[in-house]
Amino acid sequence: MKLKIASFDFTCCEGCQLQLANGESTLTDFLELLDIRNFRELSSEQYNDYDIALIEGSISRQDEIERLQAIRQQAKTLVAFGTCACFGGVNSLKNKFPLNETLAEVYPEMPVETLLVRKISEVVKVDFSIPGCPVNKEEVERIMVCLATGSLVTLPKHPVCVECKARLNTCLFELGEICLGPITRAGCNAVCTTGKTPCLGCRGPSEEINMPAFVELIRERKLSLDDLQEKIAFYNAFGEFCSHEA
Amino acid sequence: MKRDYTLDIRHLTRVEGHANISISVKNGELVDARWAVVETPRFFEVMVKGLSAERVPFLTSRICGICSISHALASIRALERAMKIAPPNAAEKIRLLAMHGETLQSHALHLFFLVVPDFTGTASILPLIHSHPDLIKAGLLLKELGNEISTVSAGRCTHPVSLVVGGLSKAPEKQQLLQLRTMIEERKPALETACSFFHTLAIPDFQRETEFISLCNGSSYPSIGGDLISTDGVKRNENDYLLMTNEYTHDFSTSKFTRLSRESSAAGALARFNNNCNLLHPKAKEVAESFALQPVCHNPFMNNIAQLIECVHILEDAEELINVLLNMELHEIKTPYVPKAGSATGAVEAPRGILYHHLETNEEGKVVQADCIIPTTQNNANIHNDLKAITKQALKDGKNDREIEKLCEMVVRSYDPCISCSVH
Ligand code: SF4
Ligand code: SF4
Ligand code: SF4
Repeated sequence: MKLKIASFDFTCCEGCQLQLANGESTLTDFLELLDIRNFRELSSEQYNDYDIALIEGSISRQDEIERLQAIRQQAKTLVAFGTCACFGGVNSLKNKFPLNETLAEVYPEMPVETLLVRKISEVVKVDFSIPGCPVNKEEVERIMVCLATGSLVTLPKHPVCVECKARLNTCLFELGEICLGPITRAGCNAVCTTGKTPCLGCRGPSEEINMPAFVELIRERKLSLDDLQEKIAFYNAFGEFCSHEA
Repeated sequence: MKRDYTLDIRHLTRVEGHANISISVKNGELVDARWAVVETPRFFEVMVKGLSAERVPFLTSRICGICSISHALASIRALERAMKIAPPNAAEKIRLLAMHGETLQSHALHLFFLVVPDFTGTASILPLIHSHPDLIKAGLLLKELGNEISTVSAGRCTHPVSLVVGGLSKAPEKQQLLQLRTMIEERKPALETACSFFHTLAIPDFQRETEFISLCNGSSYPSIGGDLISTDGVKRNENDYLLMTNEYTHDFSTSKFTRLSRESSAAGALARFNNNCNLLHPKAKEVAESFALQPVCHNPFMNNIAQLIECVHILEDAEELINVLLNMELHEIKTPYVPKAGSATGAVEAPRGILYHHLETNEEGKVVQADCIIPTTQNNANIHNDLKAITKQALKDGKNDREIEKLCEMVVRSYDPCISCSVH
């Protein structure tokens, strides 16, 4: 049976939804798995009888809360799709600044509504999360197959370093840079560090991270704690370690 | 025919982001037509404050999932100009290649997934997989090629990883470039299939005179940086972007509006064509001729054809760029720099038109002030006015309600609006 699926976007760049239309060589097979009931970006046909709802983006306006609650009532399985949905993502950087100042700066002459950015699980119950900024299409395909066959959905437990080393990259710490690979959940095939840019932790913490030990490592190597803070806060993915709330 | 008619489309489908179209006709006369963007704003201009320069392109690329490379490079260009950094030549070439990949991917997505269903009368691309298998296969081959060009040159197609201030963090391997060149060659027939298909379509005949704005550098088809020009004869320096845009707000739209010499203007593939078509590759010029596309064309539906013509240009030019890169040393790819205080504009031709990032840094290279003006923002006023004009024309031509609705949707889609991006 095909998966009755719907995809909805909230506060975000829509890059995660876009991954659904990527992976072109396997796209027609992938679409065979799905009965797309509602996907405004790609289709004018919209129905409200879906089982799985992919939720992309974070929540930052009252009407989004209401729209999300209605989706929760309909969906049997609600998936937080991408880093914005799972953790708030880059949008959370807004929470560092007072809302009234933000509004006055961007829309000085008109009233615009905005709330502090929240991740999906702060508004409704999430059945499971697919992190990534953007999500990794191969992982999404694998998870959809699990859902279609009723098998257990899992994410890798190990950190990005494992994937990075398997790709024989020179460690960025050796080049004097802070990389969040040691504390971040794998599953992206270490795409950033393979491109010689540090991991910023978009997939959130790996299982059993030891944050104090990681901070100690940064100190020992005499690397900048400000730089560490900027990196950890980037996707808001490390909970209490990067709270933006003043 | 004296009739009343209201059209109220909430959250137009097959576009990126949330916007509404409303039309009201009384006694056969148009009372109002509106293009209202209702997307939730994200406030990137505030979010970027305090961030170190090297991190900025990784944030601003997240303004848009489709044109993330353009956003990264607009920020990088602004920061390099502000801090007086000259990226190595090889890095500049690889950046151009990354831009080509992104534009090809974006145009293929727009033309095949969003536009073609209007002409085939289907709700989406899905039924076409079975009814038009060759066409859809061609579209997917082209989209995949675009993504592959970006991946090879920028490390990842959506949200690039190796485009950094000063140059690149990593260059592609020569082997990858060779494979890419083969892939481009092999996929040219797919583009021919696409062109033949578009030749069979009846493009709506609608004209409304407007002003087209794009970049111009005088020597190549525009991509990264240059002067700002318009078909009304305006020419300005890149840093004078504010004089080109004159942003203003309407209370019914969270996306702002812009204007230059007239009440509205347009950016995008057709604007680039209208200002720079003499710089297209000869093969792309041939295709333009076959569609009888000539500057200055004022039919917004021809933006679709201009995108197709740009795809032809991209395949040829990407091949030439790769040939140049294969004969270059790709070791020196990043200029070291010391952060500085400064401010500058970085303008690039994103797939949907000219994109401006203006950034100001302090001595530590942290951003203190930012302004981003998105292509779709520059098209909002034009879309708004086209909706009025096309409804009037349709009423005069005696079109029925359903036909008017379809024309309105199609004219909006022809701009390829990226609404989430415009409300950043
Ligand atoms: S997680 Fe990243 S790619 Fe996905 S919607 Fe958010 S910003 Fe875009
Ligand atoms: S570069 Fe980063 S991900 Fe790779 S091994 Fe080093 S710390 Fe781990
Ligand atoms: S390397 Fe880190 S930041 Fe990059 S995709 Fe993987 S988890 Fe995300």
